Amino acid sequence: MISILRTMALTFLHLFHKKETIQYPEEKVPLRPRWRGRIVLTRDPDMGERCVGCYLCAAACPVDCISLQATEDENGRRYPEFFRINFSRCIFCGYCEEACPTYAIQLIPDFEMAEYNRQNLVYEKEDLLINSEGKYPGYNYYKMAGVAVGVKPKGGGSQENPPVNIHRLLP
Amino acid sequence: MADISIDNIPYTVAEGKNLLEVCLSLGIKLPYFCWHPAMGSVGACRQCAVTVFKDVNDTRGRLMMACMEPVRDGLYISVNNASARAFRAQNIEWLMTNHPHDCAICDEGGACHLQDMTVLTGHAYRKYNYPKRTHLNQNLGPLIHHEMNRCIQCYRCVRYYKEYAGGRDLDVFAAHDLVYFGRAHEGNLENEFSGNLTEVCPTGVFTDKTLRQHYTRKWDMTMAPSICPHCSLGCNVIAGERYGSLRQITNRHNPFVNGYFLCDRGRYGYDFSNQPQRIPEPLIDNVVATPEILFNKLSEIVINNKLIGIGSPRASLEANFALRQLVGVENFYQSLSEPETELTKKILAINQSGTIHTPSMADIERTDAVLILGEDPTNSAPRLALSLRQALRNQPLEEAESIRVPSWNDAALREKIQDQSGPLYIAYPRSTKLDDLATHTNHLAPNAIADWAFALAQLLEQPDSPPASLSNQNHADLMAIAQTLKRSKRPLIVSGMSLFNEQILQAAYRIALALNKQDQKTDLALILPESNSTGLALLQAPSIEKAFSRASNESIDGVLVLEQDLYRQFPLEKVDGFLSRIEHLIVIDQIHHGTTSKATIVLPSTTFAESSGTLVNSEGRGQRYYAVFVPGSEAIRPAWSWLNDLRQIKGGLQVEELDQHPDLLSELIELLPEFAGLDRVGPKPGYLIHEQKIPREPHRFSGRTAMSAHLTISEPKPPVDTHSPYGFTMEGYRGLPPAPLAPYYWAPSWNSGQAVNQYQQDFNGELKENFYGFRLFPGPVQTPVSWSAEQPENISNGDIELVPFVHIFGSEWLSSLSPGIASLAPKPYLALSVLEATRYGLEPDIEAKLQIGAKTFTLTVQIHPEMPEGIAGIPYQIMGLTGIEWPSFGKINPETS
Ligand code: SF4
Ligand code: SF4
Ligand code: SF4
Ligand code: SF4
Ligand code: FES
Repeated sequence: MISILRTMALTFLHLFHKKETIQYPEEKVPLRPRWRGRIVLTRDPDMGERCVGCYLCAAACPVDCISLQATEDENGRRYPEFFRINFSRCIFCGYCEEACPTYAIQLIPDFEMAEYNRQNLVYEKEDLLINSEGKYPGYNYYKMAGVAVGVKPKGGGSQENPPVNIHRLLP
Repeated sequence: MADISIDNIPYTVAEGKNLLEVCLSLGIKLPYFCWHPAMGSVGACRQCAVTVFKDVNDTRGRLMMACMEPVRDGLYISVNNASARAFRAQNIEWLMTNHPHDCAICDEGGACHLQDMTVLTGHAYRKYNYPKRTHLNQNLGPLIHHEMNRCIQCYRCVRYYKEYAGGRDLDVFAAHDLVYFGRAHEGNLENEFSGNLTEVCPTGVFTDKTLRQHYTRKWDMTMAPSICPHCSLGCNVIAGERYGSLRQITNRHNPFVNGYFLCDRGRYGYDFSNQPQRIPEPLIDNVVATPEILFNKLSEIVINNKLIGIGSPRASLEANFALRQLVGVENFYQSLSEPETELTKKILAINQSGTIHTPSMADIERTDAVLILGEDPTNSAPRLALSLRQALRNQPLEEAESIRVPSWNDAALREKIQDQSGPLYIAYPRSTKLDDLATHTNHLAPNAIADWAFALAQLLEQPDSPPASLSNQNHADLMAIAQTLKRSKRPLIVSGMSLFNEQILQAAYRIALALNKQDQKTDLALILPESNSTGLALLQAPSIEKAFSRASNESIDGVLVLEQDLYRQFPLEKVDGFLSRIEHLIVIDQIHHGTTSKATIVLPSTTFAESSGTLVNSEGRGQRYYAVFVPGSEAIRPAWSWLNDLRQIKGGLQVEELDQHPDLLSELIELLPEFAGLDRVGPKPGYLIHEQKIPREPHRFSGRTAMSAHLTISEPKPPVDTHSPYGFTMEGYRGLPPAPLAPYYWAPSWNSGQAVNQYQQDFNGELKENFYGFRLFPGPVQTPVSWSAEQPENISNGDIELVPFVHIFGSEWLSSLSPGIASLAPKPYLALSVLEATRYGLEPDIEAKLQIGAKTFTLTVQIHPEMPEGIAGIPYQIMGLTGIEWPSFGKINPETS
């Protein structure tokens, strides 16, 4: 009996607490930057496509909803020819972002993706690629890698010596 | 057998091996880089360190390189003690100090031995905070991509390229930690086996350039065991597909056939199947036909008409047999000319006769003296030339046995034998790539090769009555050759039909027989042109020329041509004449060509990667290839399936009643005793492991729910494979399948191709379960081979004898359609001796006209000082030089009349 009264009292007290319910969609939800929502493909500081088509996100994805094909430009720079995410399958686990060695694929705080037609949940590269570096500014994978694909010459990286002169035999 | 103890666990292992090999075959994950199962140990990379103890009481032990340590009884070692592990981790860390941050864009990634070994040793963070050394790359041609920064200096590439494959243009430059592996000058790699570098190199320095065009990670490919369709040796390959196109060919280990290596034609020839010339839909009079119209038309033709069928040496046994059963034995021909048919018949008779042993490539590597008559193996059966190179080390190695160095100790043995090579004798009209190893070469015209070989045969048969017609010099040479061949333990004669000369074949056979008498095992390897030449020959069909003459005598309503372009084989007038007498021409093929353009009905067939089938290689080994994927269009079907449908329709069945899964192989075996045992080429249709199929896709296959989502959001049902041990998805048995059935090599911790070491109990030996094909030679009925009397030579006036030079790149049609191979194929040339060139007033690099029959070709002149006079060489069946009947004669720069 006492416990019932106590419960009723507590419930009654809640009338005077701050409301958690918000009037969505008129009122927007405050979301933290690390909130895992809609996936985007970002660009590097030089506004080149960050994704190098390494397939690691696709391999990491537990529901296998990422599919892409890597290709190269005339300098040999790798980028995805197509990049498709089937959001009707995605569980927003963020494994793809974790796997990505270039910070290209990022989950952003946006969940407003509802569609009447499931087919519209299939996003292609045009739908995913944004003109921004996203959450991780400043990183350009091709400046760190050893290849010369039009971003820096061989040996031009900060942690690289100039190319070896192979005719030099001195110790 | 030796009793050893590894980490306190006792094992009994075979003696004579090194410790690394033994550990790997016991499934112990010992990292290594420089050791290779076919190339042995050099102890260069220092990665395979283990601790060897004096005995049970020794607690300190000393670090030894396992690959350099022979197994001996009582050996007491530890792989996992702290000091060995620390040493290996340290070693990797040092190797990685200069390694670029490339994995994401490195084609080796996901199939990288360096990645695997790094993970195995536990190295994860780079402590070395100084700049990395960098290297410039070279353009090594259309097949191999070079990215030198990734090198870890294991020296496998140069050891393979120079020492194993006999290449001269890849080497190591510079010094100490700056060493560079590449060519002296940028340019195409010249060796025909350069593609193996992509598998031999444990890192991403050498990668497959054709794969780059449609790059796919190994874990994303659907793969199945396949057989290379580009020559008669039948090398075992793994073919990989993604998004409906064939992406890559890698080596599949078959200890009897190709071992660990492929040739570049086989590795890079696959791209033909992705070309726009593929036939996508069935055509009636060049218009795409719907299934109903097509089947109505086909039924009408097969039921009401007299049809003949032309079988093909590049179509599977099943397809050829289905055609034979459809048209009837008496109406079944093979698409070879009369001379070719005779030659293949002879080769078959020799192989079936049981009088001489037909060697596998593994056997060839065991021979110790080689005589090559009228063949250029590097071009006509490339992988065999690589085996010959190994065979030629046997005699010097045997002499090196006195120093008691084990056979895997590569560096020591190479040091001992230096550049000594066993006896190799070559008779061919021009110099070949193997000449650099030859004891004696003889550049002769085809008939002269036969005469020379007959003289040798006679010397061997009757040493006391030497042939009369020889000069002294020739006689002395022949005596020396005869002596060496007789002395050798296991001589090998290599010959074939690429010069279209039956007498060379006869002489080769006589020599082999004569040697075989001397209480020594002799091998005779006869090279054929196509992947299923032997299989087709076993069906014993008459040549197509019999069909040509039949068509001119009686009326034939229709012809069914299976996977062959008649215009490539025969002169235009001849084929046109034949086809003009025929009302219905049905052509089944994968790719459009001259004959499909004339066809009333064209039926698209699958490539080797899109269907299953059986091929018989030149050694008589029947081998099975399995469909890697189902082609995107239902209209593309296996040739045998089209033909079997037609056969049932002819038998009165309706389209709905057709049996789609005939057991053609069993029917064939029942009908023709020559094929008995062929059902043992692979497991029975219902084969399962623990009630499960073997998956064609690795367990990390990605994109399943997205790859077709743009077409429809619901994933389609995957195709079901009811008659092979394989499933089309990643579901199924997850353990290691028996090695010969492995659709790809993967084992826990081993993602690269080196995972093959986890499939083997015994490197280079018999493996866990035997499905390595089934040998049909010698045949069940062994009849002695008889030869007709000498054929008259039919040189017509003013004509020069033409010699066909087979080329690894360009002479085989399917591979020549792959862009990489096509760019390496020779341009049409006319090869002449100095004397002939002067006679015709020709100089190198100018253009000359060559008239063959009614057709005139324009060719670039090449002068070959070593060639004999009286002949002119042209490349065999390359683009722009087809429609020539062999043997052939021609007029150089004919007077225009
Ligand atoms: S968030 Fe998870 S489920 Fe969604 S694409 Fe990334 S890895 Fe796949
Ligand atoms: S992991 Fe990153 S770089 Fe690699 S394919 Fe995915 S998005 Fe592109
Ligand atoms: S060679 Fe291996 S470890 Fe090196 S970048 Fe390539 S994939 Fe990575
Ligand atoms: S290029 Fe490859 S095979 Fe050659 S030394 Fe370097 S890592 Fe070894
Ligand atoms: S594998 Fe033993 S030292 Fe390289």
